[in-house]
Amino acid sequence: MNLALKDIGHNLGRFLLTCLGLSLLLGIVLAMIGIYRGLIQESLGLVRAADVQVWVVEGGTRGPFAEASRVPGDMREAIAAQWGVAAAGAVAYQNVEAQHRGATKRLLVVGAQIAKPGEAPSVTAGRAILRSRYEAIADASAGLALGERITLGRDSFTVVGLTRDLVASGGDPVVFITLRDAQKLQFDLAPAAARREAARATAAAGSTDTVNAILVRLLPGVDPQRFVREIARWKHLSAYTQAEQETILSRSVIERARRQIGLFTSLLLVVSTVIIGLIIYTMTIDKKKSIATLKLIGAPDRRIIGLIVQQALAMGLISFAAGAALINATHGLFPRRLVLEPADAVTLFGIVLVVCLIASGLGVRTALKIDPASALAG
Amino acid sequence: MDAPVVELRNVSKHFGEGPTRVDALRDVSLDVHPGTVVGLRGPSGSGKSTLLNVIGCILEPNAGTMRLNGELVYDGRWLRPDLRGLRLEKIGFIFQSHNLLPFLNAWENVAIARTLAGATLARAKARALELLNYLGVEHRKDAMPGQLSGGEAQRIAIARALANDPRIVLADEPTAALDSQRAGAVMDLLRKVATERRTAVIVVTHDEKIFDRFDHIHLLRDGALEAMQAQAA
Repeated sequence: MNLALKDIGHNLGRFLLTCLGLSLLLGIVLAMIGIYRGLIQESLGLVRAADVQVWVVEGGTRGPFAEASRVPGDMREAIAAQWGVAAAGAVAYQNVEAQHRGATKRLLVVGAQIAKPGEAPSVTAGRAILRSRYEAIADASAGLALGERITLGRDSFTVVGLTRDLVASGGDPVVFITLRDAQKLQFDLAPAAARREAARATAAAGSTDTVNAILVRLLPGVDPQRFVREIARWKHLSAYTQAEQETILSRSVIERARRQIGLFTSLLLVVSTVIIGLIIYTMTIDKKKSIATLKLIGAPDRRIIGLIVQQALAMGLISFAAGAALINATHGLFPRRLVLEPADAVTLFGIVLVVCLIASGLGVRTALKIDPASALAG
Repeated sequence: MDAPVVELRNVSKHFGEGPTRVDALRDVSLDVHPGTVVGLRGPSGSGKSTLLNVIGCILEPNAGTMRLNGELVYDGRWLRPDLRGLRLEKIGFIFQSHNLLPFLNAWENVAIARTLAGATLARAKARALELLNYLGVEHRKDAMPGQLSGGEAQRIAIARALANDPRIVLADEPTAALDSQRAGAVMDLLRKVATERRTAVIVVTHDEKIFDRFDHIHLLRDGALEAMQAQAA
């Protein structure tokens, strides 16, 4: 006869209501972990989508995701001519605010060379960019449809293809255009400003053929570390392997968000522990007379402890299951991507069980102190 | 006459020390034989509940000896470390407010005592139904405590007290919450249990209506057994 289940059945409404509240809390914890995973995947998605081995950036910088990096555009040919290089492509990144269907959309515009590393990876709908001007591939999260036109800067682009799950670390959808269009977008000025710059005659002094990075795909068998060391000797350039670039991105961009989310998750778990502890304590106090009676008629301590611990574990189990189901059902409604990995859910479940055991400690302590003689008092 | 199942010799119990010391029991000697129903009466604070707690191995005396069913259980100290096991084995308890577990139904409230003693649920249930039938409340076996009348609840509580065939039943004011008719019925049941099962029943009571139902009534005053009156059963 399982006393814990019997007691739960007797107070089912109250128990389920408590579980519901707790499930929301645990659902939020799971969502926080999912947001963190989503943040990593979104942030690294663009870097990984390039499918290259080496990133060549401005000398002394850590690349376009960490800080400003400007490389002369003609360096791409020099890099491509190096031993061991299968292909090299120049890329330019810039954040753009565009008007779309009456709303302002913030986009990360990637300028890349056609059929070179850095261009849009697998297109889920439509086709790759084939024309050198005014074609775009947008991530589905941008809300653009195939064939739709969007104005970026002073030019209008036709969406010819769509990608999926390709956003910047800030969650902005990625739009690919050709490098030439991107450079024009970067340096185009409004007519009045262009006239002013022309009058100052300073515009001619700078070249607009600059890119943010050159992405290098190596031939099979070529050691990326060795290639990086070779490029580093050029002084005006820095080079990083793909793994190093991912580390830089996650350290410099994601680290603070990771700490923030980690802190919130820890706080929520502490709050959950306190809530479970108080609920179990209250449930124990409510059963004081029953526990005294059980002790008096001869129930061993392990039976009393079992009653309290099993209820705490049942509460944790039901709340976790409900919280996980809730988040699984609603994760598509979150503005940022939620990545729910089974390993995270298993880990959190383990933590919840430990939390329940800790939280039941107060109830167990109280129960063990109950004097069996109190069952005889009135 | 059979050997007593409860034997107390010069048992004393006090609370506190020095000027705050209260002597709850003073040199109490008592024999209770199987098949008898014994009453303990006395004014409030006379030591009735303390005596019941001592016999029930809930309170440790300060002096004296105590035997339950022939086993020496106290001789200046408890001789058995597992007092709950001792209670489970030898003693059944009946309370003033029945103390049924609110989350178990009638038969489960009886069976729980049996399962605590190691019986399987099937055996415990069979035993519970047998006892409910014996006490005339089998038709209420699935009722929750909140659905039972005072008399029915007390019968279920008696069934629970008998679940492990104890040699001693301790009842604390079992009729206090009942009217005279139901109180009489409960005392009849306790008499039946004592007679048919050779159980010693010790009842703490203030209820004058049932004084004539005891084989003996012991009067406690200031912690001492003052007088013993023989009653017509």
